[in-house]
Amino acid sequence: MAFFLIFVSAIFVNNVVLSQFLGICPFLGVSKKIDTALGMGAAVTFVLVVATIITYLMQMLLVRFGLEFLQTIVFILVIAALVQMIEIILKKVSPSLYQALGVFLPLITTNCCVLGVAIQVAGANYKTCGAEPSLLIGTWYAFCTALGFALALVLFAGIREQLELTDTPKAMKGTPVALLTAGLLAMAFMGFSGVVG
Amino acid sequence: MAKLKSSLTNMLLSLTLITLVAAGLLAGIYSLTKDTIAATNAAKQQAAIIAVLPQVEGLNIAEPLEVDGITIFKAHQGDTFAGAAVKVAENGFGGTFHVMVGFDNAGTITGFEVLDHQETPGLGSKMQEWFQNVRTIIGLNPAQSNLTVSKDGGDVDAITAATISSRAFLAAVNKAYNAYAEANNAPQAQGVSSATPIEAAETLAADSLAITADDTTCAADTAVATDANIVAEPNVEPAN
Amino acid sequence: MANKAFKTLTNGLLRENPTMVLVLGMCPTLATTSSAINGMSMGLATTFVLLCSNVVISLLKNLIPDKVRIPAFIVVIASFVTIVQLCMQAYLPDLYASLGLFIPLIVVNCIVLGRAEAFAAKNNAGLSALDGIGMGLGFTLSLTILGAIRELLGTGKVFDFTIFPDSYGMLLFVLAPGAFIALAYVMALVNKLKK
Repeated sequence: MAFFLIFVSAIFVNNVVLSQFLGICPFLGVSKKIDTALGMGAAVTFVLVVATIITYLMQMLLVRFGLEFLQTIVFILVIAALVQMIEIILKKVSPSLYQALGVFLPLITTNCCVLGVAIQVAGANYKTCGAEPSLLIGTWYAFCTALGFALALVLFAGIREQLELTDTPKAMKGTPVALLTAGLLAMAFMGFSGVVG
Repeated sequence: MAKLKSSLTNMLLSLTLITLVAAGLLAGIYSLTKDTIAATNAAKQQAAIIAVLPQVEGLNIAEPLEVDGITIFKAHQGDTFAGAAVKVAENGFGGTFHVMVGFDNAGTITGFEVLDHQETPGLGSKMQEWFQNVRTIIGLNPAQSNLTVSKDGGDVDAITAATISSRAFLAAVNKAYNAYAEANNAPQAQGVSSATPIEAAETLAADSLAITADDTTCAADTAVATDANIVAEPNVEPAN
Repeated sequence: MANKAFKTLTNGLLRENPTMVLVLGMCPTLATTSSAINGMSMGLATTFVLLCSNVVISLLKNLIPDKVRIPAFIVVIASFVTIVQLCMQAYLPDLYASLGLFIPLIVVNCIVLGRAEAFAAKNNAGLSALDGIGMGLGFTLSLTILGAIRELLGTGKVFDFTIFPDSYGMLLFVLAPGAFIALAYVMALVNKLKK
C-alpha cells in the first residue's frame, strides 16, 4: 500500500519540479521539444535511482565514522563520479542508449533534484506515506520522484511546442512566458493535493 | 607560474591535495562549531521544556525517559508531580518534525514548541502560531477533546491550506499525550496518534458514526466543555 | 583599473543579474522566496559561498590541471557550503531550519559553478572577489525583491511588517504556482525596462 501511495505522492501530489522546486534548470532549459524532454527524463531517472542507492550506503558509512559533516562534499563527488562512470560504461556497453542519453548526462551533475533527493533519502526527510524509511523505500521514492520529473518535463515540453507558435507580448517572450506556463501547470498539479496525505 | 599540464600524476596530485585540504578544513570547522551546535540544541531543548511546562516556581526536571523514540521529561515541584514535557517526532508534509508538548499533572496541555520542521514556509510552518494563538490547543486535555482536524471529525480547525501539516501536528500532540498517559496511567487520547492517511481515513469513518446533526462536532465531545477558542466550523481549503 | 573593478562589481547587480538576465539558480530563487527574509538570507548565504569559492579558485587556478577542473571546483564549493551549513546550524539555527535542504543545494547552484568557470578561472583574486560580491548581491537583490512581492501579495506583510491586514492575502503567491507567476512578471518587467 505504501508503495502505491509513494508512487502517487511523489509523481503528482509533491511533484519534484512543480511543488518542491528541485530541478528547475533542466525543466526550463531542456523542455523545448518533447523528444529531448523524454531523453532527459530517462537519463535523470537512471542517475537518480543509482545515485540514491550509492549515497544511502555512503551515508551509512559516514554515520558509522561520525563524519556526517562531510555529507554535502561526499554526495556531490559521488554523483559527479557516477555520472561520469555511467557515461563511460554506456559508451562501451550500449552505444545506442549512449546516443539517446549521452548529451544529457553531463548536465545531470548540476541538476539539484539528484543531490536534493539523495540528501532527503539519506536523512529520511521525505514523504514515506507511513512506511519506515529504508533503502528499498528510499529507492522507490527516488524512482517515483524521477518519474514525476519526467512527467513534468514532457508535459511542459508539449505545451512549449505550442507556445512557440503563439503571439506573445515582446517582454514576455522566452523565459517569462515559460515560467507563467509552469505556474499554471503547478496550479493544475495543486489539484492533486489532498489525494494522498 | 605556468598552468599545470593535465598529466595523470598532476591530476591525481592536485585533486588529492585539494580534497585533503578541504577535508582537513572542514574537520577543523566542524570541531570548532560542534560544541556550539550541541550547546545551541541543548539550550533550545531546555528552553522548550521550561516554556511548555506549567509556569510554577521551583520545578525540578527529572532525567529524560525514552520510550519508542519519545522522550519524556517529568517535572516535580518539591515532591509532587507537576507535569511533563514530551518530545515526539512525526512525519509532516515536508518530512519529519519534532514537537515538545507540555502537560500538567491532570494531562491538560500547558504549552508546546515546534522544535524543527520542513513544512512549507508560510503555510505548514505556521503550526506554532496557529495552534497557540489562532485555534489554541493549550488548556485542552487530549483525553477529553478529540484533537484531530475538523475535516476528520475532530475539534480543531486545520491551518488554512495546510491540512496535512495540521493533521501531522495534532497526531504528534496525541502521540505525546499517549506517551505521557502511559507513564502516568491516565486515559488515552481520543484522537489517533498517527498521521498516516490510511489510519486518518479510518478515524474519519469511525468519527462520522459519532457525528450528530452538527456535522463537525463529535457527539461525545459536545458533552465535554471544550475550550471556547476552538471553533468547529467546516473550513474550505485547498489543502497543503 | 579602478574603472574595471567598479564595472566588475556592478556587472552582476544589474546588467548581468544572475536571476533576471542570465536565468541561473532558479531552484533557490523559486523555493526560498516565500518571504522577503528567507529570500535575503538565501541570497547572502550564496554570496558568501560565491565570494569564497571565487577567491580560492582564482588563487588555485594554475595548480588545477584543466581536465580535472570541474571536480576540483566542486570540492572547493562544497567545502564552503558545508562551512555555511555548520555555522548556520551553530549560530542561526532557526534560519537554518527554515531554509532547510536548500543550503546544501547551493553546491549545485549553477551561478556558483558558472562564475568559477567563466570568471574566477581566468581572472586574479581581487577581481574575482569583486565579481563574487557583485553577482552574489545581484542574486540577493532579486531574491529579496521577489520574496517581498510574494510575501506582500500572499500574506499582506513585508519583512513581517504588516502592510495589508491578513484577510487580503492571496495565499497562492506563497504556494508553488505563485512563485512561478511572480517571477514571470518580474522578469517581463525587467525585460521591458531594459529596452
